[in-house]
Order: sequence, then C-alpha cells, then structure tokens
Amino acid sequence: MADMDRGEVPVMDTLLESNLDSVDDAETSVLKVAEEIGFDEDELHKIGMAVRESMVNAVVHGNRYNARKKVHLTILKAADHLTVAIHDEGEGFEFSAVPNPLSEENLLRQSGRGLLLIQAFVDKLEVKRREPGGTEVKMVKYLDKAS
Amino acid sequence: MSVKLSTRQVGDVTVIDATGRITLGEGASTFRDTVRDLAAKGDKKILLNLSDVTYIDSSGIGELVSGFTTVTNHGGVLKLLGLSKRVKDLLQITKLYTVFEVFDDESTAVRSF
Repeated sequence: MADMDRGEVPVMDTLLESNLDSVDDAETSVLKVAEEIGFDEDELHKIGMAVRESMVNAVVHGNRYNARKKVHLTILKAADHLTVAIHDEGEGFEFSAVPNPLSEENLLRQSGRGLLLIQAFVDKLEVKRREPGGTEVKMVKYLDKAS
Repeated sequence: MSVKLSTRQVGDVTVIDATGRITLGEGASTFRDTVRDLAAKGDKKILLNLSDVTYIDSSGIGELVSGFTTVTNHGGVLKLLGLSKRVKDLLQITKLYTVFEVFDDESTAVRSF
C-alpha cells in the first residue's frame, strides 16, 4: 500500500486483536504519528475519531469480535500528510449499499453513521473489499488542508 | 472514563447531567438504561445536559437518537443542553440538528417545555 512517490514512510504495520482495547491502541498509535507530522489539537481530534470509527467498524461489524480474526493496521507518514489503512477479515460490504444516514427515513436509525463521520473528518477515504475476504478502509489527512 | 449520569428535578423537568464519554460499550448502555427507566416511570420532560461530556462517537450519537425515540414513544420530549462545539459539529454533520432542540442556557431550556 505504500506510495513512496508521495514521500510516505511506513511507521507501523501490525495486527490487532478483535476487541475494543484495540480501538484505543490504534487511536493512540495513529495520534502519536499525527502529532509528529504537526497536526493541531482540533485536527488530532478529527483524526482520532476517524480511526476509532473505522476500528469499531472492523472489530464489531467486520470481525464481529471473533478472536481468530485480526485487524490489520498500517500507518504511513509523510511531511504533509498521514495515511492510515485498517482492514478486517470479515465478510466485506459494498460502500454504495450502505443506507444514507442523512436521508429523512434514516435520520432516526440508531446506527450507520460511522462512515459518514470518517468521511467528514479525513481528506480522502477509500473503502474496498479485499480478497479472499474483509474490508479495507484507507484514510488520508493532509496537513495543509487542516483548518 | 465512560459516562457518569445523575438526575435532578427542576420543576417538572428531569435534568440528566452527563459527565465523561458516550461511546461504544459501557458509556452508551448506561445512557440508554437511564433514559429508558425515566421514560418508563412516566417522566415526560427530559433535558439532557451534555456540558461535561468530552467525547461522543457514532455509537453515542446513536444512543442520543435512541433516547429521543424512547422518550417520544412514551409521549414525552427530550431536549439537549450545553453542547460543546465538537458535539454541535457532530449533530450538524449527521443532520440531527433538525431532530433535537438544543439549548445553551438551562433556564431557557427548562422554560421551553
């Protein structure tokens, strides 16, 4: 996944357990790198939320807390941006098939807002199915677009 | 730290003071149980004070919506008080500003019921 043309350096490539402690661990690891890049407090909050939402999706909806399945976390660092990829070993899903949480009929649904929040808090979001199974969520946050 | 909740009466309005984080897991379920209990015992005017809530994730947002629906289904009204800028931003992003009545000032909120 590394894109050396953009000056990215791999910082972390690790497997995490399918539990909620891993959500905290992933957030801590990503925020440490984001701080090194120079994101301000408000942007760190957004990055942290995006990572937490993505990790919760992977642990809860992807791997369904299955102890035999792992969550793969990759962090890439560049001078002007941060890239985080999180993929699970679940059944996968089609991004386009996720009900729009902003539709009138979905506003009062209890769940289904995670991807919306991730989209709002990062500059680039890619969601793709992986073979033989699972979903990869790749997020990019640029320093110069931070406000 | 997950969320801590306490309730108090201001006239006929039940105020829930929340402190901490409303996120997936214990925080969200604590909130759900509290609202459900209040609605079940007949409290119709519920004001959720989020002034000391430091963090809400999408699960927490889901619990706010669930609480709103529970209270509404019992013939009551749930309103929000004291949202931080970050929580306000979440409600904007999720379009829930169109669902919840939100107040910055408690006495104004209490009078609005």
